[in-house]
Amino acid sequence: MNAPVRRLSLLVGALFAALLVSTTLIQYVFAADLNARGDNRRTLLATYARERGEILVGQDAVARSVPTDDEFRFQREYADGELYSHVTGFYSFYGASGGLEQAENALLSGASDKLFYRRVSDLFTGRSPQGATLETTLDPAVQQAASDGIGDNRGAAVALDPRTGAVLAMVSKPTYDPNSLAGHDLAALDETYQQLQGAENRPLVNRAIGGDLYPPGSVFKVVTAAAALSDGEYTADSVLPGGAELDLPLTDTPLPNFGNQPCSASGEVTLRQALITSCNPAFGDLGMKLGQDTLREQAAMFGFGDELSVPMRVTPSSIGADLNEPQLAQSAIGQFEDRVTPMQMAMVAAGVANDGIVMQPYLVESVIGSDLSVIESADPGELSEAVSPDVAETLTEMMVATVDEGTGRNAQIGGVQVAGKTGTAEHGEGRRAHAWFISFAPADDPQIAVAVVVEDGGESGEQTGGGAVAAPIARQMMEARLNR
Amino acid sequence: MSIVSSLSPRSGRSTELVLLLGAVGIVGVAYVNLGLATTGTVPPGLAALGAGYLGVTLAFHLVLRWRAKHADPLMLPIVTLLNGLGLVMIHRIDIARGRDLSDGVALRQLMWSALAVGIATAVLVVLRDHRLLRRYTYIAGVGGFALLLLPLLPVIGTEEFGSRIWIRLGPLSFQPGEVAKLALAVFFAGYLVQTRDALSVAGRKILGLTLPRARDLGPILLAWGASLGVLVFERDLGSSLLFFGLFVAMLYVATERVSWIAIGLGLFVAGAYVAYLVFGHVQTRVLLWLDTFSPEALETSDQLARGLMGMAAGGMVGTGLGQGRPDITYLAESDFIIPSFGEELGMIGLFAILTLYALLVERGLRTSLGTRDGFGKLLAAGLSFSLALQCFVVVGGVTRIIPLTGLTAPFLSSGGSSLLANWALLALLLRISDHARRPLPDPSEAEAVGAAHTQVVKLP
Repeated sequence: MNAPVRRLSLLVGALFAALLVSTTLIQYVFAADLNARGDNRRTLLATYARERGEILVGQDAVARSVPTDDEFRFQREYADGELYSHVTGFYSFYGASGGLEQAENALLSGASDKLFYRRVSDLFTGRSPQGATLETTLDPAVQQAASDGIGDNRGAAVALDPRTGAVLAMVSKPTYDPNSLAGHDLAALDETYQQLQGAENRPLVNRAIGGDLYPPGSVFKVVTAAAALSDGEYTADSVLPGGAELDLPLTDTPLPNFGNQPCSASGEVTLRQALITSCNPAFGDLGMKLGQDTLREQAAMFGFGDELSVPMRVTPSSIGADLNEPQLAQSAIGQFEDRVTPMQMAMVAAGVANDGIVMQPYLVESVIGSDLSVIESADPGELSEAVSPDVAETLTEMMVATVDEGTGRNAQIGGVQVAGKTGTAEHGEGRRAHAWFISFAPADDPQIAVAVVVEDGGESGEQTGGGAVAAPIARQMMEARLNR
Repeated sequence: MSIVSSLSPRSGRSTELVLLLGAVGIVGVAYVNLGLATTGTVPPGLAALGAGYLGVTLAFHLVLRWRAKHADPLMLPIVTLLNGLGLVMIHRIDIARGRDLSDGVALRQLMWSALAVGIATAVLVVLRDHRLLRRYTYIAGVGGFALLLLPLLPVIGTEEFGSRIWIRLGPLSFQPGEVAKLALAVFFAGYLVQTRDALSVAGRKILGLTLPRARDLGPILLAWGASLGVLVFERDLGSSLLFFGLFVAMLYVATERVSWIAIGLGLFVAGAYVAYLVFGHVQTRVLLWLDTFSPEALETSDQLARGLMGMAAGGMVGTGLGQGRPDITYLAESDFIIPSFGEELGMIGLFAILTLYALLVERGLRTSLGTRDGFGKLLAAGLSFSLALQCFVVVGGVTRIIPLTGLTAPFLSSGGSSLLANWALLALLLRISDHARRPLPDPSEAEAVGAAHTQVVKLP
């Protein structure tokens, strides 16, 4: 009977080998994944017990951890919580959610591999480990101006430094108070969260980079104009149809101009004039002539369809697929299935401002260790060359004229040349259009590029156009940056 | 021609004594470590507890010197270490739950340990030769199956955590399955030694496998039926797998026929699959096993998920005793004591514990190889294999190799019945190993026979 006993011992060896393998898989190979799970209470308690890094705007901490006496040891506090809620997100008992708290959780909590050597030294010195501090690119004045401007309306605003891609402001309204979600009282936390989550106006959604996205309306005409000018067939003086409406193939419904007014008395306009007056028939015609591939390629060069993280994920913008001619005409004026984020439209403005180069947007200027040494600092990078410098210059000149003498007059700033474009995006029968404005300033030396959207045109009477509602907000943001 | 180099081989008792001191020392260090980590002080009662534990284990050592001089020297130290580490971990969970030594589970476990050592001692003293057990083959069989099915009886059988494997008599509760394991091993060994010739020779060859005759299939079908009964009615996959695996392994050792393994595996897989199709609780177990982190599974039970996250939190080197949160997992001191060790001692600590188990099983199998009588061989192999299989079912269950079951980790987990049964198992193995390692009786006699030049043919 010895031979089978020996074989049995081989089987026993195999059984134990399997246990060693499964243990290794759990405790080594997949340990990081398991520890990173949102419902992992151990990780949560461990990170709560560690002092989480701060989030800075300028020199001021908008999110920081203060010591408490309870089992969690620290309480997260948000200064100016409602102003920065969509930038910070919140850190609750259930983990980090939204904003930088979630996107840079590893750095803030101190679990990131970038902090490895610091952690090792903490291990030996017995110092309690700390998370890294994030210094944001935000300009508090611009952020405040954007928030005040949108006020109690729903909407969003993004400001970029066109030269670097640094995000100067990111506002989404309505907002919420992250302090109400950072407490240690579970029942209260749950109730607040359920209430915010279920609220009809969805305050937890960051409309600036996500949510359901917006139809861009006429601000998209900048992209169409860029495609036309880059195509080589068109110049700013090319003549386009400019009647009260444009006949479309395949359908009996024509493409009307805003208010059914002709763009010019002659029924024809130049490309420059078309942008200044936001002439729908001209751009509809342009879109059909250029074709959807050209239009889509131009949009892609501004960043449409790109997966961006700033470090929060930016929902990719798009102009729809498989368009027929009438749909293409609609798309060229920013309607039909065009869906964009305010971040994307700010990138369009910034690309034009920066000689045609779109910079990669980013929100974190530098990561600072607990010993105040800089662990990482932002390295601005090009995303793409959207248009040539010549085309950018022509577009700038046309957008300056739009603000000087066209639909964007409300964005004028004394002593500074502002380039801009209005938009009034329809989104369904019988509903008021979204008011849009994108701009940058100063036109000859751009320091800020802005995109503003106010849902349903805001509450200011029947004047729902982007020029009336959104342009003043953009102006205030630019003024805040230029100190005027 | 062979030369016997030593006529009185070393018994290994001195080795055992040194290892025992080391084992108790490690347990003591673990206890101090735990105290320092949780309260910052050396725990009170260290001297008394340490001396008590050392005393109990040394008493057992002395009994071995007296009654089983040649028994394997590694088994007792290994079990002493495992039992002691289990005590420390149970005490650690007590602390996390806000209980101290006087009202904790650890104290009860300590008393059970002492009682278990007492029973093991009694087994060694009373049972002078393991072959005596062969006389009680059928009593053991009837008793084993009765114990196995006892929890199904009304009134005394109780269901806990979804498995009906407990009996309750007044304040006492007992998991008879653990004792049934021993009785059935004895029964299988006795029965198979009698019938192995019929089971191993007769039959016809199909596809390279010698298949047994239909009438010889009776016992395996009976064992299969009983284990399926345990699976379905007691909802205890672990015991079911354990008993059937034990039987098939012993059948194979007795008959050396691979066909029995094929038949056994086939029967078990078929039975388990039918049970999966028919019974909701089996499906739940499978869901929890395959898709532990799915919302449906977490809604049913997040115990396994919590255990896994605990092990992951420990990582390679562990958090250190007293510095993790093993108490977040339910049953962290019994069914989930392995994840508790994984969390606080890390992968390295678990490897050490698994190695201890593997060593113990290996010593048992070696005992089986060295034993000269068929009954002892079968019994030692069966007991060792049951230990290995139980480890596999427990650790495999918490590490998702197989569906989670309600078995306890031998010697580690909190639970009186398990401790008693496993210490008794140890006593049996020690008894057999004493027999296996004992030098051949009276070598001078053999020499005299050889010297007479009459031995022409050496008989086996």
